[in-house]
Amino acid sequence: MSTLLLNIPVTQYMFYFLSFVAFLCAIMVVASKNPIHSILYLIITFFAIAGHYLLLNAQFLAVVHIIVYAGAIMVLFLYVIMMMNLNEDTESHKHIYLKFAAVGSALLLLITLVAALKGAEKLTAAAPLNTNVGLIKNLGTTLFGEYLFPFEVSSILLLAAMVGAIMIGKKDIK
Amino acid sequence: MTGILLQSAIISTPIEWYILLSAALFTIGACGVMFKRNAIIIFASVELMLNAVNLLLVAFSSYHSDASAQVFVFFIMAVAAAEVAVGLAILSMIYRNVKSIDIDVLSKLRH
Repeated sequence: MSTLLLNIPVTQYMFYFLSFVAFLCAIMVVASKNPIHSILYLIITFFAIAGHYLLLNAQFLAVVHIIVYAGAIMVLFLYVIMMMNLNEDTESHKHIYLKFAAVGSALLLLITLVAALKGAEKLTAAAPLNTNVGLIKNLGTTLFGEYLFPFEVSSILLLAAMVGAIMIGKKDIK
Repeated sequence: MTGILLQSAIISTPIEWYILLSAALFTIGACGVMFKRNAIIIFASVELMLNAVNLLLVAFSSYHSDASAQVFVFFIMAVAAAEVAVGLAILSMIYRNVKSIDIDVLSKLRH
């Protein structure tokens, strides 16, 4: 028994643990009635996904993921929810048949996705496994070489989003 | 040391586990979009779906030792940030006018 446990690498245990946390907290995001609890569970899910990025040698992406999602986007969500003063009492619920229909169609979607992606099992890791791919040097070379134009376009997108959010959020536009 | 340790993560975990995990996360996000009536939680579910796709992109990028997929993840993060900023601005504006963010109340686009 102990030799069997020792044969499995520790990263496998970390994968199982992080997957379990991500899956459970993702379910709690949908299941919990209080919107603030939903967002807090979503933050835990994002941390678990950042742990997956670390396991997959995407160190820089893991840090950026925590900064952007847990640090910026989720704070924005929490701020808006608290500003609107939403809680369990204001939460309204759909009819029970609609809930069953939603869960049923989601399960059908899961079956379709798994069946469609089944052929990828034959895919194995590339022969010379490069563990430095997720480091900032490699990513920067790719981003500012091959993908320079999309990078500039995304900066325009962020600027447009910022201006748009300010214009929408203004109280009265005259 | 860490290189050897982390290298075994890719070798010991087959890609189909990552496919299953991100398919499950994507499905939970889709379920949340159909299930909830609170517009902000629907936004959060969309974020969950985007993250499931990001996770699978990073997994494939590591298995192929190719940095392009991780650059795509960057762009998805930028688009998600822009989407959330504009979407939450719209929602707070709607809340100011209608005093509700229940999507069944908001189905008319005017009031």
